[in-house]
Amino acid sequence: MDSNSSEGRDVPGTGRTPLRRTADNALKIVVVGGFGVGKTTLVGAVSEIRPLNTEEIMTRAGEGIDDPAGAWGKRSTTVAFDFGRITLSASQVLYLFGAPGQERFWFLWDRLFTGALGAVVLVDTRRLEDSWYAIDRLEHHGTPFVVARNNFGEPTHTLAQVREALDLSPGVPLLDCDARDRASGKRVLIELVRHLTARVEAGAAGAPAAGAADPVRDVLEESTP
Amino acid sequence: MSGGGGNTDGRPVVPGRDDDPDRLYTITRGRSRAPENAFDLVTLIVAEQAPASGMQSEHARILRMCEAPTAVVELAAELALPVSVVKILLGDLLEAGSITARHPRFAPTRARLPDLDTLKQVLHGLQQL
Repeated sequence: MDSNSSEGRDVPGTGRTPLRRTADNALKIVVVGGFGVGKTTLVGAVSEIRPLNTEEIMTRAGEGIDDPAGAWGKRSTTVAFDFGRITLSASQVLYLFGAPGQERFWFLWDRLFTGALGAVVLVDTRRLEDSWYAIDRLEHHGTPFVVARNNFGEPTHTLAQVREALDLSPGVPLLDCDARDRASGKRVLIELVRHLTARVEAGAAGAPAAGAADPVRDVLEESTP
Repeated sequence: MSGGGGNTDGRPVVPGRDDDPDRLYTITRGRSRAPENAFDLVTLIVAEQAPASGMQSEHARILRMCEAPTAVVELAAELALPVSVVKILLGDLLEAGSITARHPRFAPTRARLPDLDTLKQVLHGLQQL
């Protein structure tokens, strides 16, 4: 039967936790931020599984799509991302994706953000500039988001200062968090869901659908670094 | 000992970094175009039959993992294969009727925001954490 002994033991016995059989709808929230800001830590703090790492292959548009050597070959780029998961109910499960925020990963974003409920932008006040691009991109996409400052020790800036430095619209929630702490991570996610709820309710009250017009772009270039 | 990941020193397999194009080419039998719209990253896959003998080993592994619903992205992580490669393999299985796919119900390409009912359920779920 199984002549090849390397097969058949497909999942290392390190406790894959299967979903409930009744799970039939998965939702997504994306956590974005610069390198080392704590995205994986935040995902891991709230996830019911150890965060997993996977990868997508990106081929530059118009290049070698029908040529396998092109798609799997040297001209393609691979982008790694982490994810975790939270079972919400018998039928619903929420996936959290940690996505690199840098500009060169923009092509991954469309895929991750398609269908996402919203995003959490995780910022480190020592490197606020790492999150400018992410914020700009989310606003452009019309993806609802909250900004969470991952607080290592005593903050040296007030949240108002952070808001100003990021040129955040007044409607975007900004809060402190400790990415290592489950309760804190949970609070960030709840804040995002509340923000979404408020937006839906505002929309239902007669405002035109979001994304119909290009939102006013923040002129981040004008901020002095 | 760490199973079918494909590297030798026991560290976690990071797909792609350890994969050479030839291996991916072989696994997909030369195909490079994933059925792009057939599966979302979080489409839940359920096996409808047990692996058959003679089946490509990746197909068989997917079927075993999907005895319980499993998201596309989890399959990719466990198989240590890029997501688009897994989508190609899932396309084969779907076509053969070996799996069913439970697609995300929320389709924000049409309406950017989810409905209040969904949000209420998410909020409730998170509060239980």
